[in-house]
Amino acid sequence: MTSRADPKPEPDGPEPEDGGNPEDDPEELYENSPCGQLSTLSDGRIVKVNATLLDWLGYRREELVGRRTFSRLLSVGGRIYYETHLAPLLGMQGRIGGIALEMKAADGSRLPVLVAAAVREGSGGRPALVRVSVFEARDRRAYETELLRARQEADRERERVQQLATTLQRSLLPPALPDIPGTELAAHYHTASADEVGGDFYDLFPVSGGRWGFFLGDVSGKGAAAAAVTSLARYSLRAASASDPDPLRVLANLNTVLEHENHGEDPRFCTVIHGLLTPGEHGCEITLAGGGHPPALLVRADGTAGYLHTPGGQLVGVLPNARFAATTVRLAPGDTLLLYTDGLTEARTVHADGRHQERDGGRYGEDALLDFATGLAPTSAADAVAAVGALLEGLGEGVDDDTAVLALGVPASRKAPEAPGGQGTPEAPGGPEPFRSP
Amino acid sequence: MDVRRRNNVTVTGREDGPVVMLAHGFGCDQNLWRLVAPALAEEFRVVLFDHVGSGRSDPSAWNEERYSSLEGYAQDVLEICRALDLRDVVFVGHSVSAMIGVLAVLREPERFARLVLLTPSPSYIDEGDYRGGFSRADIEELLESLESNYLGWSAVMAPVIMGNPERPELGEELTNSFCRTDPRMARVFARTTFLSDNREDLAGVTVPTLVVECAHDTLAPREVGAFVMNEIAGSTLVTLDAHGHCPQLSSPGPTAEAIASFARAR
Repeated sequence: MTSRADPKPEPDGPEPEDGGNPEDDPEELYENSPCGQLSTLSDGRIVKVNATLLDWLGYRREELVGRRTFSRLLSVGGRIYYETHLAPLLGMQGRIGGIALEMKAADGSRLPVLVAAAVREGSGGRPALVRVSVFEARDRRAYETELLRARQEADRERERVQQLATTLQRSLLPPALPDIPGTELAAHYHTASADEVGGDFYDLFPVSGGRWGFFLGDVSGKGAAAAAVTSLARYSLRAASASDPDPLRVLANLNTVLEHENHGEDPRFCTVIHGLLTPGEHGCEITLAGGGHPPALLVRADGTAGYLHTPGGQLVGVLPNARFAATTVRLAPGDTLLLYTDGLTEARTVHADGRHQERDGGRYGEDALLDFATGLAPTSAADAVAAVGALLEGLGEGVDDDTAVLALGVPASRKAPEAPGGQGTPEAPGGPEPFRSP
Repeated sequence: MDVRRRNNVTVTGREDGPVVMLAHGFGCDQNLWRLVAPALAEEFRVVLFDHVGSGRSDPSAWNEERYSSLEGYAQDVLEICRALDLRDVVFVGHSVSAMIGVLAVLREPERFARLVLLTPSPSYIDEGDYRGGFSRADIEELLESLESNYLGWSAVMAPVIMGNPERPELGEELTNSFCRTDPRMARVFARTTFLSDNREDLAGVTVPTLVVECAHDTLAPREVGAFVMNEIAGSTLVTLDAHGHCPQLSSPGPTAEAIASFARAR
């Protein structure tokens, strides 16, 4: 329909849309195309350059053609990069693209560019050429610089937050567990996220009458607000224990404190097991009071394991007169008591065998934990905590909440481990029900 | 540790031929030798490898401390020689690998028969009467450019940027198949390469040495080739009529011939 301006159209190529516009002849397009164009011999010497690039760089054609190499138009960093990486790459694969470089203009200023280059093989006496297209990228580079700066800042910020979270977390846990004669203690804290403080806590400390108070709990939520409540809970439990270590009364006191705090828009509560340990002749007696917390596990010297339920214990800090329940148990040599937070039992088990998923809706669950503990029995506090630590590692990403583990055990007497169900355990073997506190 | 896997070692050529070990420099990998290796393979047993952090080396073997000095790379060269039980090695080091070869020879001279230093530079920075070709500010600019990722590492960074570890082929398509390098490792290698000063080490080289320079090298000026030859007693200098810093690509024939004639003359 329209007459062609190009006297030698490509026979097989698609027809250019503007093929009929006499003003857009190829030579004009080359000289004034929106991007810079330049061709070099394989040794880098410039043989052709378009007006656009000359204009950008402020050179006259005769200053470049036959006199300069492409890499000499680059910043020093760019030149080294070109010679060591890009030129070999171009030689080997014939083309490169999307390369960010800086060109040096005649007046010494820098021009950020994106470069694509392709080799035209020499044939029929024509030398091989490297064709380079140069795209001005000033705005883009400024944008990238801004992005990079923002990313570096975000990295620094994140590092700072992690540092803060770690410090805060450490302040909520005892730096070391005390020594209690005749008792072995071990604890483990599994951090699910380096960025956030979890709400789990535990402690163990002396109270009156040669006895020891201890607790392990979990404040709802995460982050700084949860940490503040965790700190409050910790100190309330310790302070209350100092005047009266009875676990039920300690929990009632904490409930009053937290409930008074809970008037804002962000109510916080916690679950706790609070205990009182009384060392005895052969072992120790432990009274536990539970407030909405997963039951403690008793792993016995006779190779059995069972939960110590405190039925009816309510969440701490929600109701003004919450009810709590207590239970008392005797730990004989070889027995181990294990307290944990629900980060463990609530861990997702998508990668584990299907059994747990069916039983507990894709969570690890209390049944699986009981099986696990039975597999450990008999054990020691240190071994039990190490095993749970390994279990948490194994659950990997499935553990999406922090998990605290505290174990108290009476070291097995020399004869006891060899005789399951023997003199080491006063309670009947397999009898999981401990006697209730009055 | 499997040294062959770590350094992606490949062996070609005549099994009973003298051993020629080809070491690539900063910015590339063993592919750089692909126009030279076939010519050498007719006569020699050719050993190629990628430095850790380059090409198809094992990325898990990289550690910043070891590869922050050329000694770490020289150690790798010696470990490859031991693992393959290579003796009377003709070591050909391009660019920074020339100095890596010098360090390896200083440690275990008995392992090496000859040394070929291809476009070497014992120090890139001008100092006093010595002309390395760059000012300290130039090199700082290079390192800063690498640091800020403005030199086009985006192409090799593609898999990282795309964040699609479960679909690595997406990154693969965007990534150059040659001379691949992790930008973090490249930054360390660049720092090691361009800030090292091995001028003092040259005098200790005791094996016969050939220095090969390009007449129009954009990175190492002619003075550097002469300096290296003068420092290594008994060494000879060959100047190729070649452009750029990689004569293996721009003048593969003469480069292979220079290596072969020196390697066979013993």
